[in-house]
Amino acid sequence: MSAVFDIIASAGLWAAVLRIATPLILGTLGALLCERAGVLNLGIEGIMTFGAMIGWLAVYNGADLWTGFLVAALAGGLFGLLHAGLTVTLGLSQHVSGLGVTLFASSFSYYVFRLLVPVAGTPPTITPFQPIHIPGLSDLPFLGQAVFSQTPPTYAAILIALALAYLVFRTPLGLAIRMTGENPHAAEAQGINPMVVRYGAVIAGSALMGMAGAFLTLSAFNSFFPTMVQGRGWICIALVVFASWRPQRALLGALLFAFFDGFQLRLQTVLGGVVPYQLFLMIPYVLSIAALAVMARRARVPQALMQPYRRGER
Amino acid sequence: MRFERREHRPVALVIATPLIAVVAALAIAGILIAIAGAPVFEAYWNILKGAYGSRLSATETLTRATPLILTGLAAAVAFRARLWNIGGEGQLYLGAITVAWASSHLIGSWPSALQIPALLIMGAVAGMILLLVPLWLRLRFSVDEVVTTLLLNFVAVLFVSMLIDTVLKDPTAFGWPQSQSVADAAMLPKLLARSRLNLGLVIAVVLALVLAFVQSRTVFGIQSRAAGLNPQGAVFAGVPLGRTLVVVACVSGGLAGLAGAVEVMGVKGYVTTDLSPGYGYSGIVVAMLANLNPLGVVVAGLFTATMFVGADGMSRAMGIPSYIADVIVALSLLTMLIAVFFTQYRIRR
Repeated sequence: MSAVFDIIASAGLWAAVLRIATPLILGTLGALLCERAGVLNLGIEGIMTFGAMIGWLAVYNGADLWTGFLVAALAGGLFGLLHAGLTVTLGLSQHVSGLGVTLFASSFSYYVFRLLVPVAGTPPTITPFQPIHIPGLSDLPFLGQAVFSQTPPTYAAILIALALAYLVFRTPLGLAIRMTGENPHAAEAQGINPMVVRYGAVIAGSALMGMAGAFLTLSAFNSFFPTMVQGRGWICIALVVFASWRPQRALLGALLFAFFDGFQLRLQTVLGGVVPYQLFLMIPYVLSIAALAVMARRARVPQALMQPYRRGER
Repeated sequence: MRFERREHRPVALVIATPLIAVVAALAIAGILIAIAGAPVFEAYWNILKGAYGSRLSATETLTRATPLILTGLAAAVAFRARLWNIGGEGQLYLGAITVAWASSHLIGSWPSALQIPALLIMGAVAGMILLLVPLWLRLRFSVDEVVTTLLLNFVAVLFVSMLIDTVLKDPTAFGWPQSQSVADAAMLPKLLARSRLNLGLVIAVVLALVLAFVQSRTVFGIQSRAAGLNPQGAVFAGVPLGRTLVVVACVSGGLAGLAGAVEVMGVKGYVTTDLSPGYGYSGIVVAMLANLNPLGVVVAGLFTATMFVGADGMSRAMGIPSYIADVIVALSLLTMLIAVFFTQYRIRR
């Protein structure tokens, strides 16, 4: 029991929580934005993989770290354009099209990576983001180490979450996005073009997913390897439901989730000899399923989610 | 420009759809090969040669097609009823490990004639059970099964990894995490000597024929389709929706579990965590390429296996990463979706 207390009282755990949460925050926000406009984007897993690869590749070839992020965001946006073309213009099944985007984006990432980076014994690395020192705040006892010793993208992710919460609930654009997700016919009657809103939301959301992936290679680790996203995208999709499609709750959900993940990682080192490590690794996935089971009925689903909009056809 | 629903779907167009989709996918992938600096047609020729150029490679392609046909059928059956089973990968692994456990700990001494059918059934049941969990969550808590089946893939692979690291670990494998081998009597008979081609292919093709019959000629076939096309309408028409979905899930999960069982009993003999190079996910593409038609799944499974086996050979010969096979397969899913759309709609100005 005291071991558990030691883990929770260590500043290292809380620093890790914020670090683990960052890609989840960005990915969940991206998926949330798409779904608020009525489009489920299961391309997330592949878009994160591609973002991780292309962001890393840009930096490996001499770009600076923020340019790497930008490249990942642009690439994510392009995959968003593909997904929007399939699901908004053609109105195809959002499930199947999203899976197609994931399969294509991830296999394409591996192809490009293998083509441009020769096989080596140790994977090539870059110098990732370093924690920034905030005068005053970073020197605080405990809090300084636990909260204020993160890399810049982590702070950026939290700011993006707050900005998105404001955008979705406090601006005319946010209203247009929500209307399109609830009832595109009514939105059109108000002079909003649901097609344009859906395209915009899916492209912007996918750009966030690309950034979520880039965080893995540009801040959390320093190299790219296949399968590094490890289902984080699917967890983000589950977190959107858990967050009931609200950006603030998405932030909290990602943090809560990261807390359990960081906690199990540290618990492994305590109980590692007794309990197989795979049981610990299962926890995030099982938790996501549990969260879905608890929240699915209670969550307010955007009413037009997964329904294609075709003018003059109901 | 807008789209208008076609009154009739021309039969010739429906038949040509997968071909057009595959050609389009190969054309796009051709651009990627050209960018890599290799002659495109030579690369595709090398893929064909790699897949069918020798007796060994041809039998290898057929062996590879076996699990793809089974996971393809698993996806096709489920998708027809709009049950989004994306958990084929996890169900495959659970079927595989169940067989490895049962044969090494339970019924390894049984004669082949009894042991093989028993193991196949056990593998299938394991897959079923794994799919019934997300189906129960959907029916009881209205949880979307796409995400739960996807997440369960990771749980299942970790579970298998745990077992082959601990209780089912083969002590003679030099510390490598590998399950104990199945008994010799559990191995499926070979179809051809000096090859890995085994009875699994026959099982897969026969099951495709049975499913084609069931889907087009039985009440259950109609019910499962109705459940997918219009659930509310199906209920009004007296279709027991819950029960139909449970049966669909059992068939779908069972087929994916069987894919794992057949892979262990026909090819590997034991389980590792790289038993499947994503057969569960490729099965989704196979099903979509076949337009969810069981007989089409056999052809689509063969196409996918051709790409995977052929790309390995081509990669060695020309230095193009073998991931190009995954790219082609994923692209054909996307082009197939678009092609199917244009059999249903036409462009109007």
